[in-house]
Amino acid sequence: MLNTMRTMAAASIIAAATLGLSAPAFADGHQMLEKIHFLIPGGAGGGWDGTARGTGEALTESGLVGSASYENMSGGGGGKAIGYLIENADSNHGTLMVNSTPIVIRSLTKVFPQSFRDLSLVAGTIGDYAAIVVSKDSEINDMAGLVAAYKADPKKVAIGGGSVPGGMDHLVAAMAMQAAGEDPTKVKYIPYDAGAKAMAGLLSGEVIALSTGFSEAVEQAKAGEVKIIGVTSDERVPAFEEAKTLKEQGLDTSFVNWRGFFAAPGLPAEKLQAYQDVITKMYDTDEWEAVRARNGWVNIHNSGDEFLTFLENQEKVIGDLMKQLGFL
Amino acid sequence: MLEGILLGLSTVFSITNIMMVIGGCLIGTFIGMLPGLGPMSIIAIMIPVAIGIGDPSAALILLAGVYYGAIFGGSTSSILINAPGVASTVATSFDGYPLARQGQAGKALTVAAIASFCGGTVGAILLLIFAPMLASVALLFHSAEYFALMVVGLSAIAAFAGSGQVGKAVMMTLLGLMLATVGEGAQYNMPRFTMGIMDLQSGLSFITLSMAMFALPEAIYLVLDPTRSNSGTGQQGQIKELRISRQEAKRIFPVIGRQSIQGFLIGVLPGAGATIASFLGYAVERNIASKEEQDQFGKGSVKGLAAPEAANNAACTGSFVPLLTLGIPGSGTTAILLGALIALNVSPGPRLMVDNPQIFWSVIISMYLGNLILLVLNLPLIPYIAKILAVPRNYLIPFILFFTLMGAYIGQNNATELLMLVGLGIGATILRFADYPLAPLLIGFILGRMLEDNFSRAMQLYDGIHFITERPMTMGLLVLAVILIVLPMYRARQARLRSAEGD
Repeated sequence: MLNTMRTMAAASIIAAATLGLSAPAFADGHQMLEKIHFLIPGGAGGGWDGTARGTGEALTESGLVGSASYENMSGGGGGKAIGYLIENADSNHGTLMVNSTPIVIRSLTKVFPQSFRDLSLVAGTIGDYAAIVVSKDSEINDMAGLVAAYKADPKKVAIGGGSVPGGMDHLVAAMAMQAAGEDPTKVKYIPYDAGAKAMAGLLSGEVIALSTGFSEAVEQAKAGEVKIIGVTSDERVPAFEEAKTLKEQGLDTSFVNWRGFFAAPGLPAEKLQAYQDVITKMYDTDEWEAVRARNGWVNIHNSGDEFLTFLENQEKVIGDLMKQLGFL
Repeated sequence: MLEGILLGLSTVFSITNIMMVIGGCLIGTFIGMLPGLGPMSIIAIMIPVAIGIGDPSAALILLAGVYYGAIFGGSTSSILINAPGVASTVATSFDGYPLARQGQAGKALTVAAIASFCGGTVGAILLLIFAPMLASVALLFHSAEYFALMVVGLSAIAAFAGSGQVGKAVMMTLLGLMLATVGEGAQYNMPRFTMGIMDLQSGLSFITLSMAMFALPEAIYLVLDPTRSNSGTGQQGQIKELRISRQEAKRIFPVIGRQSIQGFLIGVLPGAGATIASFLGYAVERNIASKEEQDQFGKGSVKGLAAPEAANNAACTGSFVPLLTLGIPGSGTTAILLGALIALNVSPGPRLMVDNPQIFWSVIISMYLGNLILLVLNLPLIPYIAKILAVPRNYLIPFILFFTLMGAYIGQNNATELLMLVGLGIGATILRFADYPLAPLLIGFILGRMLEDNFSRAMQLYDGIHFITERPMTMGLLVLAVILIVLPMYRARQARLRSAEGD
């Protein structure tokens, strides 16, 4: 996987990953579903794996769901599992597949032929904002400073990130420059194979700025090693209030790297509703709060139609930008 | 600092924490012997347990024990059945497996255990004394230097370019480099050379290729050639023999000493790590060895076994420097450890030593203790582990095949990996029949991706190739690589000329 290290750091919890244990049932009266089978489009230990197993843990331990089972199906950057779920839709009414922002990007770039429209949308559950970061010794202190340097000579402003060109980190950097009224195609984006490697690149002075996940930069920022000069959220994030959003600095753009769940196409409406209800209910449990805090996830809940609107909007924004950058 | 060490000692030497170290080492060693489960997956499995403990020191001590145990266990499958399950133990199999084949499995495991112990211990001592100072070393290398470092690592193939084999070794390396380009790279957002096959999208997996190149052809050879299996040939007594002669000890200790330090320094670099350290260790030791010792490399040299084992363990310890002082994980394993630390409300980074000194010091002390306990636990077990090879071949071969196939399947749960494994394994067996060395292919594959990524990053940053002349350290490393490759060839030529004159 492209962001293996990043996702592993973000989601370190792999409950008995390869042993394939299913969680015990604590049916104490408010059980809403008997069982859920989680389909994970990547290998054990990745971000998708952590999300599915963490969600399953919270649902079963809180007693909302009787039992949970997990299946890792890697291949095709997630495309294999999507294809499987569509082809075997009728026998997979009990299955939830975890996925995230790359499903939008990869169906745009035609890495796999399907898109989120070919699946039943359950809910987006968690997410992370993106952040633009510079090192502590940098002369740049805010987005205005970065934009000024970019305006002077975009070739001298190397921006690193943990994803491929045309991937999330590149798009966020380009989006910010576009919002500042600059030419996004001139962004000198330097890809690293993981967020942590990109952070090392920033600290060693190889790149001027870094486009990365907010939660990945927070620890470094708290330690005073780096400065977060812009966050892609609408409001400041409680985990680190000092970091200014792009919006309040006059760059009208936002971005969420979400994770969420999908079900087989043609799923009966009442079944879909049941999944959505149980996930909505999950947010109120202490068990979810424990899992969430342990992983440093941010609750970003989009259910049903909201989820569709959110995804369509993201697809449009990303698609337009990728076209402009020449990736589509 | 003395205060810190004492604080660490008093934290570690409690009954619970010692039990943690012992438990972690045992679990790590035994699971680590399975080729498909490297330190990364084992630590991932153990994390919920560790977090359940609650006390961050105890949890980290447990995980550090698992980490060391897994690295140690990983070398066992490389030595006994030529199945390196982790990239950092590939170099271990170069000489470890030939030794085992010669009926000296016990000795090979002992050399590996001692080299690992020394590498880990020297690493822990260096970490203890220099960690805060080394933070800046970790940031010294840019992409240009990493590229040059990978080129130096590639020079390890020289060991397989014996007389008349140079062309074959180069061809195999190139093939390995080409295989590394399959799939989605970090530099392009499109898959390359996947031929539309979805399972190739993420590239070939290391474990599949490693099993296909080393373990599977070996098993096929065992089937085809009954005399290769040494069971029942009266060598059992020796298989279990652990003893290293005084002369051998004298030969390996300087190697272990050098490689512990070199390995540690390479481990400190967040973009390098244990694999590079083991290849570099192997290449350097081979090149500074005397002529007759050099010929032994790749055929069962104790030096060739001790070098990568000392280096990869020291490098693992070294990788804790950027993790603890900067909060940057240098490898997948340390990335998972970082996740565990954050989950336990510990933020690694420059503030760790100030905010949580007892964690900082107790982790380092526990590494030392973990190494010691690993040695004490494992030396008595070696005769029993080595005895696996004395199993009659009609049981041994299915056992090796089972481990090989399971190794490729277990991490990804993808049955296509098994098909690829068998297909590549048959190809590898044919290449072996034609006397092509397979190790250079695997070295090329492992280093290829990092080589390409760092090269193209450096090209992008400098808008061209002139970074080689502009950065003195890059130039220096590249010159070193040329020397490492050319020198043995030159020496071999000189030797040939001299012997020709002698005739």
